Amino acid sequence: MYIEFRKPVYITAYAAVAGKKESEGPLADCFDETVTDDYFGTDTWEKAETEMQSRCIKHLLHKKGIDKKDVNLLCGGDLCNQITSTAYTMRDFAFPFLGLYNACSTMAEGLIVASCMIDAGHADNAIALASSHFCTAERQFRTPLDYGGKRTPTAQWTVTGCGTVLLERAGKGTAITAAQVGRVVDLGVKDANNMGAAMAPAAAQTLKQFFINSGTKPEDYDLILTGDLGKVGTQLLKELLKKENIELCNHNDCGLMIFAPEQKVQSGASGCGCGASVLASCILPQMGKGEVGNILFVATGALMSPATSMQGETIPCIAHLVNIRSGKDLHKK
Amino acid sequence: MNYLWAFVVGGLICVAGQLLIDLTKLTPARILVTFVVSGVVLSAVGVWEPLVDFAGAGATVPILGFGHTLAQGVKQAVAQHGLVGVFTGGMTACAGGVSASLIFGFIASTLTKSKSQS
Amino acid sequence: MRTNRNQYDRMVRDASPPSKVVKNCIWAFFTGGTICLAGEVLTNAFVQLNYTNADAKMLTSIALVALSAVLTACGWYSRLAKRAGAGTLVPITGFANAVVSPAIEFKAEGYITGVAAKMFIIAGPVIVYGILASVVYGAVLYVKGRFGI
Repeated sequence: MYIEFRKPVYITAYAAVAGKKESEGPLADCFDETVTDDYFGTDTWEKAETEMQSRCIKHLLHKKGIDKKDVNLLCGGDLCNQITSTAYTMRDFAFPFLGLYNACSTMAEGLIVASCMIDAGHADNAIALASSHFCTAERQFRTPLDYGGKRTPTAQWTVTGCGTVLLERAGKGTAITAAQVGRVVDLGVKDANNMGAAMAPAAAQTLKQFFINSGTKPEDYDLILTGDLGKVGTQLLKELLKKENIELCNHNDCGLMIFAPEQKVQSGASGCGCGASVLASCILPQMGKGEVGNILFVATGALMSPATSMQGETIPCIAHLVNIRSGKDLHKK
Repeated sequence: MNYLWAFVVGGLICVAGQLLIDLTKLTPARILVTFVVSGVVLSAVGVWEPLVDFAGAGATVPILGFGHTLAQGVKQAVAQHGLVGVFTGGMTACAGGVSASLIFGFIASTLTKSKSQS
Repeated sequence: MRTNRNQYDRMVRDASPPSKVVKNCIWAFFTGGTICLAGEVLTNAFVQLNYTNADAKMLTSIALVALSAVLTACGWYSRLAKRAGAGTLVPITGFANAVVSPAIEFKAEGYITGVAAKMFIIAGPVIVYGILASVVYGAVLYVKGRFGI
């Protein structure tokens, strides 16, 4: 589904909080807050993720200078079963809340739902949020943290991070102008340690559909930013698009930006906090300064569970896209 | 010399496990199960005992040796207790290692909590 | 899209970097060998203390399990395993790590439903199939002995 918003939906504030490993990476100085203790001062990993989200929302409200009772809606989620991290955060904030799960594409999904609500006139403002925590993901999807296992070269490292974006009907500067809601794609990848490969076809499909619907091509954009394809997924995305006669350029992947190669993360980073925190810490500030004018943010999600993996199912994946513009690009057709 | 062979044989058994990890789609859990069952079989057909005599801990410490312990235990128990031994032999033989794992696991859980790997 | 599952399977295999087999095997050999060497040293030490051979072997297993529990609790076993791979998986210390690590991890879910229940998530299958194999072997021995086949 292709959406062209009637009016731009403005991004008026954003915030990102991240964990220890992220604070040792190239984007360390971009986050609003990082911690040295991944427990965030709590005693369980699930509480830690909730605390991380809370701090991120507080930074966001503080930066915009609005009170929490003035927030009309929050659309967001995380990777925990039943998206409990976000639900427990919402217990404290008590915003009107739409809980979303599309695995690592949740940030783009949140931006789309929130923008639609604003564009339709149901809300004046809305927050999109997504987070992931290495430790909650690891204990839920893989093995206990102290279990001795070797990571395969295609494995990706789940980001401990949260990103939030405040969208408003009124504003100036940076805004969301269009979106593409993806379809589930499954090209038969079974290996849960090769998520980039599983998700690349979904990204390719969504990008292709968006280019057709909008009548644009990759070189029209300053940056095409995928969520967490990593090294393997990025290469496969380029190959897949080439077969569709689309030459991908100006591309970068959040999964390749947040950690340095010497941080031993194999194929790169992953998790819904990856795309969300990179967007809110590094990309949106650049757009605010006018360094980048027109971008596509394409977040991809792998929609399997430990049960389906054990049952030998292949991994269905999805990708959602939002077109974010700023400055003079905002009103360009 | 015993020490050298313990090192070499134990190391080579681990290399076999590494090759299974790297070259097949077997997960570590499947490899452990394969090894322990193989240990029972190799012991049953009489291959493992000579290797234990030769390499000592090199043949008993890897999980294949765990299988060997199970097989030895059931063999003795069947000789002594007949049908009952079929059921008690394996469990009795591996009781030390399993009990130790459970007890030390419990103690460890009281003393520490899960740590981030970053 | 123009790519089908078969074509994509080939693309994925070409794009995915292979494991560094030689390096991994060297690590596995030296770590696994060292753990077995430690086992041999311990066994001899117990024999010196006048334990029978069988008891010395059992005590060696228990000592290695204890060592693995300490390293796991300190967070060192998983660090070593990141490089050592099968070198830390295959020895009995790997079995102990498979019991101890979920016990620590799931402490947050309580001592009954967390620690005790989850101890077996990785090690359970090893016990189940090990016992299964031993019972089959025992049954064969019993039938052979009883009926003189």
